Amino acid sequence: MATLESKTPSGPLADKWRKHKADIKLVNPANKRKYEVIVVGAGLAGASAASSLADLGYKVKCFVFHDSPRRAHSIAAQGGINAAKNYQNDGDSVYRLFYDTIKGGDYRSREANVHRLAEVSVNIIDQCVAQGVPFAREYGGLLANRSFGGAQVSRTFYARGQTGQQLLLGAYSALMRTAGAGTVDLRTQKEMLDLVVVDGQAKGVIVRDLVTGALERHAADAVVLATGGYGNVFNLSTYARGSNATAIWRAYKRGACFANPCYTQIHPTCIPVSGDYQSKLTLMSESLRNDGRIWVPKKKEDRLKDPSTIADADRDYFLERMYPAFGNLCPRDIASRAAKRVCDEGRGVGPSGLGVYLDFSDAISRLGANGVRERYGNLFDIYHEITAESAYEQPMRIFPAVHYTMGGLWVDYNLMSNIPGLFVLGEANFSDHGANRLGASALMQGLADGYFVIPYTIGDYLATQKPGSRPSADGAQFKAAEEAIRTMTKRFVDNQGREPVSHFHKRLGKLMWEFCGMARTKAGLETALQKIPELREEFWANVRVPGSAETLNQSLEQAGRVADFLELGELMCRDALTREESCGGHFREEHQHPDGECKRNDDGFGHVAAWEYRGEGQTPQRNVEALNYEFVKMSVRNYK
Amino acid sequence: MVAANTTQPLSITLRVWRQADARQPGKFVEYQAKDLSPNMSFLEMLDVVNDQLTGKGEDPIAFAHDCREGICGTCSCTINGKPHGPGKGVATCQIYMRAFRDGDVVTVEPFRAAAFPVVKDLITDRSAFDKIQSAGGFITVRAGSAPEANGMPVPKPDADLAMDAATCIGCGACVAACKNASAMLFVAAKVSHLGLMPQGQAERDRRVLAMVGTMDELGFGNCTNYYECSAACPKLISHDFIARMNRDFLTASFRTSFKPESAGASGGAA
Repeated sequence: MATLESKTPSGPLADKWRKHKADIKLVNPANKRKYEVIVVGAGLAGASAASSLADLGYKVKCFVFHDSPRRAHSIAAQGGINAAKNYQNDGDSVYRLFYDTIKGGDYRSREANVHRLAEVSVNIIDQCVAQGVPFAREYGGLLANRSFGGAQVSRTFYARGQTGQQLLLGAYSALMRTAGAGTVDLRTQKEMLDLVVVDGQAKGVIVRDLVTGALERHAADAVVLATGGYGNVFNLSTYARGSNATAIWRAYKRGACFANPCYTQIHPTCIPVSGDYQSKLTLMSESLRNDGRIWVPKKKEDRLKDPSTIADADRDYFLERMYPAFGNLCPRDIASRAAKRVCDEGRGVGPSGLGVYLDFSDAISRLGANGVRERYGNLFDIYHEITAESAYEQPMRIFPAVHYTMGGLWVDYNLMSNIPGLFVLGEANFSDHGANRLGASALMQGLADGYFVIPYTIGDYLATQKPGSRPSADGAQFKAAEEAIRTMTKRFVDNQGREPVSHFHKRLGKLMWEFCGMARTKAGLETALQKIPELREEFWANVRVPGSAETLNQSLEQAGRVADFLELGELMCRDALTREESCGGHFREEHQHPDGECKRNDDGFGHVAAWEYRGEGQTPQRNVEALNYEFVKMSVRNYK
Repeated sequence: MVAANTTQPLSITLRVWRQADARQPGKFVEYQAKDLSPNMSFLEMLDVVNDQLTGKGEDPIAFAHDCREGICGTCSCTINGKPHGPGKGVATCQIYMRAFRDGDVVTVEPFRAAAFPVVKDLITDRSAFDKIQSAGGFITVRAGSAPEANGMPVPKPDADLAMDAATCIGCGACVAACKNASAMLFVAAKVSHLGLMPQGQAERDRRVLAMVGTMDELGFGNCTNYYECSAACPKLISHDFIARMNRDFLTASFRTSFKPESAGASGGAA
């Protein structure tokens, strides 16, 4: 059984990180170049980690499955990044950002981690501005802010509706600088397919060259995974098509615990599904809720009427009605469930009845169409491309969609998993968002982990490793891992099945959305736990992967990722079934207050569930890390 | 609402460039794509065709894609001779079938440029762009050493213009659209973004010289002012930035020619 020691430092909350930095071990500059660190992934967390570790003097090898690190899905984040700068003079502080994030996460994250995140948020903005990130500015030349869900202050920094793109290009520029200088050995189009554990410690990876199909063994003194989230288990999501769980899932099967897999975020404002062929759901940034008002008709029979003909008195601005204090800016989980509820009542709009209006007519009369265009022009353009409708002339139609996963590999305060030497950053870990992430906090966490946490904490582990002690990539564990991958690959291409990979991915997605989506029940989850293994069996018997393994083969890449989703989906349902409470993004219909709000069970489930793999066909072990709230009282979240 | 005439399904004939790998010759192959919803994206249409090919045991069409919302810059098809196809200011993934008519013959090929060799079918190798970035597309700043963010005001017009340039998604449509396969719009966008910000001044000369030099070495052509690049750009980045880069390049060339280098530049640690 894995030991889960959070290594949270003692002492007052605000002193923990400072004290920890002073206490942890250092590696002297001459020794740093003797250590080799593998970083997998180059989104915000991976690129910032790789370049920062290289600048410190470590030898870094960075693997990316994309053709360029600039393609990582961090690029698609739209709205912004939070930081406790208090530039608006509206009462923000590190403590408030910490408190909003803990509360937003429905009291299921670690206090010390979240406080550290809030502390370094201010350094992130400094770092990004120095890199030339063109954040929005006021006429005086100083930085502008906007509001985001779950907060009553304006602390979100943004670059039009492309904040993720600009932050990623900043981190990418640092990565390319270090790659050009030779301090990062950047390998693109290489997909990690296994983690190599030697004597209980993470010491390397197996990667597949996606162009030649060659398998490669790489040894290192430590491995950093920054490979993003696993929302594509639902098939339809706002994730990029290539986003996958393979790196973290294979690490799980090598012994890394997977924490809170059932915590998934359903984002309230996405463009509704239009057909069976659909490959992707597109997000409309949460920032739109600053100026857009969400409503449905009060009467069912109005739901197909032209919205402009529905009088104001006949509209139900349901978020403003249910949550007057936060209104349209309540947190994502709450807004999504409210939208589901009004659609379940038969008041949803659009052809499918699965949609609500996001209306800008008030904002347009207040700011003028140009004022709205300046804030959200690119989002209105995206909406128009997809739907052929103009949101300047009629309300947008939106519906919740899978957007982010709060769960991930379990890590301690140093961001190290229970496998020594394996570090996990960004969305791939479980650490900071509890059961629900607030808007504009994902970018903050990715960059915090990469620029300001791992550069300190990795030294604490490496200092325990003798320089030059890293094993050879020709060792037995490396060869065995490579061989296992070769066998799996061969099984795919030799399989004489009839259905493409997408067939199984779509079916898995439908099961997950129905039984492990916005609302979950015991009976539904039990059904899913029966159906997913059946689907998995059918997949292995009947999947067709044309072509060879010795070349670029996109079906083969997809087959491996979907094989992992078919296992991970089951673990998510198992976690959701075991967690007999509702919290944040995890809503169990059996556990709700009379008004439909989440009913937590702090005594029974005020903990992290970290699942441990015990072999094929075995039920995984559920380990528990208690969450000790020393500074904040776990209370009922109230946005009313 | 979606116009009524866009709900009729349509069928098209695809002429797709098939090429097994960089070393083998390619050719166009025809496929029928039938009963398509006009609200389907162009890439979703390719997904459907690929699933049909897979069912028949044939090799599906390899094409580059990822975010499918026009921001990652991965997708890169030339459709009917136009990089990213018939839209304006959009990437391939943002083309919807409603842009075509029933019975159309649609030709799909990879971005063509000597500096972007074909990897397979519609996928090209655009790593040349990463090499240009490594040469100088950055501001050198280590994590931890940055000054307070509001310590350096940036006039809003400059920040806005820098953002216009910074929206480049690095797709390479500008190169594919240019008869000289020039990368000048791509390079100009990065040079201008960083050169417009006060933070970018310390490395301004070095950056433009290194990026332009690398671009030339990698086999991209020069600009002859046809501006096809801007027309094809999914972010509609203006060719004005090329003029700005040329000015920066000239100034930097003069300045570095006549500026003596400090003897301490090559070291001097005590």
